[in-house]
Amino acid sequence: MQLSCPAPILRHETVQMAHGAGGRLSQELTQRVFMPHLQNAFLDQLDDQAKFDTVPGRMAFSTDTYVVSPLFFPGGNIGELAVNGTVNDLAVGGAVPMYLSAGFVLEEGLPLAELEEIVRSMAESARKAGVMIVAGDTKVVQKGQCDKIFINTSGVGFVREGVDVSCRNLKPDDAVIVSGTIGDHGMAVMTTREGLSFQSRISSDTAALNGMIHAVLDVVPGVHAMRDPTRGGVAATLNELASSSSVGIELQESSIPVREEVRGAAELLGIDPLTVANEGKLLLIVPEAEAGRVLEVMHAHEYGREAALIGKVVDDHHGMVVMRTPFGSRRIVEMPLGEQLPRIC
Amino acid sequence: MKFIDEYRDPKRALALLEEIRRKAVHEWTIMEICGGQTHSIMRNGIDQLLPPNVHLVHGPGCPVCVTPLETIERALVIASRPGVILTSFGDMLRVPGSSKDLFMARSEGADVRIVFSPLEALQIARDNPDREVVFLAVGFETTAPANAMAVRQAAREGIANFSELVSQVMVPPAMRAILSSPDNRVQGFLAAGHVCAIMGWEEYEPVAEEFGIPVVPAGFEPVDLLAGILKVVEMLESGTAGVENAYGRIVSREGNPEARRVMNEVFEVADRPWRGIGVIPQSGLVLREHYSAFDAEKRFDVGHISPCESPLCRSGEVLQGHLKPSECPAFGRECTPMTPLGATMVSSEGACAAYYKYHRNTTV
Repeated sequence: MQLSCPAPILRHETVQMAHGAGGRLSQELTQRVFMPHLQNAFLDQLDDQAKFDTVPGRMAFSTDTYVVSPLFFPGGNIGELAVNGTVNDLAVGGAVPMYLSAGFVLEEGLPLAELEEIVRSMAESARKAGVMIVAGDTKVVQKGQCDKIFINTSGVGFVREGVDVSCRNLKPDDAVIVSGTIGDHGMAVMTTREGLSFQSRISSDTAALNGMIHAVLDVVPGVHAMRDPTRGGVAATLNELASSSSVGIELQESSIPVREEVRGAAELLGIDPLTVANEGKLLLIVPEAEAGRVLEVMHAHEYGREAALIGKVVDDHHGMVVMRTPFGSRRIVEMPLGEQLPRIC
Repeated sequence: MKFIDEYRDPKRALALLEEIRRKAVHEWTIMEICGGQTHSIMRNGIDQLLPPNVHLVHGPGCPVCVTPLETIERALVIASRPGVILTSFGDMLRVPGSSKDLFMARSEGADVRIVFSPLEALQIARDNPDREVVFLAVGFETTAPANAMAVRQAAREGIANFSELVSQVMVPPAMRAILSSPDNRVQGFLAAGHVCAIMGWEEYEPVAEEFGIPVVPAGFEPVDLLAGILKVVEMLESGTAGVENAYGRIVSREGNPEARRVMNEVFEVADRPWRGIGVIPQSGLVLREHYSAFDAEKRFDVGHISPCESPLCRSGEVLQGHLKPSECPAFGRECTPMTPLGATMVSSEGACAAYYKYHRNTTV
């Protein structure tokens, strides 16, 4: 039997430690997985930084890290979240998102096909949101040192002139508007993770909201505050707003849009949809007189068709969110405590 | 949502409230047994809507709240043993022992996993034959059949690495204890709908007769609860003792005989300490001798444990309806969900947690 000198294996199906070592495999990963999808004039330079022109005025800068499990869930994957999340964090400050960076921590053994699907989704989401991914980095860690893939995205944008949205801007009588049904993302992930199946699948709402936000600001530049209610859900976000502005918020339980299947899953798991994460929803606090116009703009937008007026800002119970039940009683809507725990019986 | 929306219908709820207002002439104190009912009452503000002469006090029916601290300590010690996977319903993880809770044990390296069913824990045991899988089996008659089933299944399949740390309790002995107390103020009960779905209401008939009180199995939605309260009020006003069912769509007199059969096959009745209350005779379930190989208490010798409770915590009085959570001096001060002194402030079904969560500020 004749032994030939074996050539090193260069085409792998899973992520290897060498993919992060800066050598030939790193190059292969860039060429084979990242560049075909993310290619643009900035990345093509293959420099260690992106250089771009700025516009006069204020810039906004934001960063977020994504560790969701499972990586793929109905309605999206970690890549879409990573792009949309940072785009939204910029846009809710009244900024027009421009450029993103993406940092990847990969676990040894992650199938390259999954990585490629995630990168492809990121490219697609960036294109849809009108932003460019202009800088990136990849590290590989040993199996067990991270959960398949962690992604950090940071982004910059310019702040629109004349827009002043802030969590400290809430005024009594302001209207509280939500852009659509709440709890979709968190429930999609939770039901997938727990292997619960329902007659109709719950889909994540992950979406870039900058288009809708700027459509609203075009018509009503005097929006007082905007937030995307991600972790902790609407309950956490409204509590933060009430406390930052030292006002109270009163919600009408019957006005809050919740998808039927999300309600069902939440009932089953003993979880309040108000505390469940959203990834494509917007909370707006606007002067009472502008609420009608804001809703009109939102209803015309694909991510705001089910937008609803859910409550108002009050000069009472400062720092606290209170719910009016359909029975005429009231209760506190609490800041969620921490990890969502399914109940016993 | 079918089977939910019609029981949250404001029109039906308001009509029932009107009826309660009309019927309730005297001053009455009613206890809802189940923590799930307490939670729903507070969430929907039903206590605010009742006429001022109908008082609700909150019962001991929160499994997390009445699980003795000693069981929590035992679970913490077992969880920290090498090779152990401790499984539990999520609520139990946040209940503090003397120095830490199971979440903290997990962060220190213990393998603690949340499951939705004991059968899931059994599956973990099948999948990890080289590990000891322990399920923290707490609860009332509602969880007992499934917990029994897991043990029976483990015995049938010879899954030797599975065991349960059992802290099962039962409702009727607790009702007797409450009614026998010299400080008792409870005049009628809403019985826990889910417990009655398993046990039926037959076993409440002797209690109702002995103490001359109304007992009404009720559900959890606003309309269910109000229908139950109305029935208790009607019985109180007419001086009727006995059991009348207000949860007909779920509960029958006999309950679920198959579930009870499994329970009785695997468990037997024993004295049991209730956290905050003390030992109630014949109020708990323990594994029968035949299944003692699956008893985690016997499998893991953890030595003597004598934990001490906070002297400020008056959860025992809350659980027996002697004290409303907001009447406890520590409520909202030393004791909050972030710094709980007792389990009634930890569990989502605990009365103190429900008060804090929905109505901690008296202006709301």
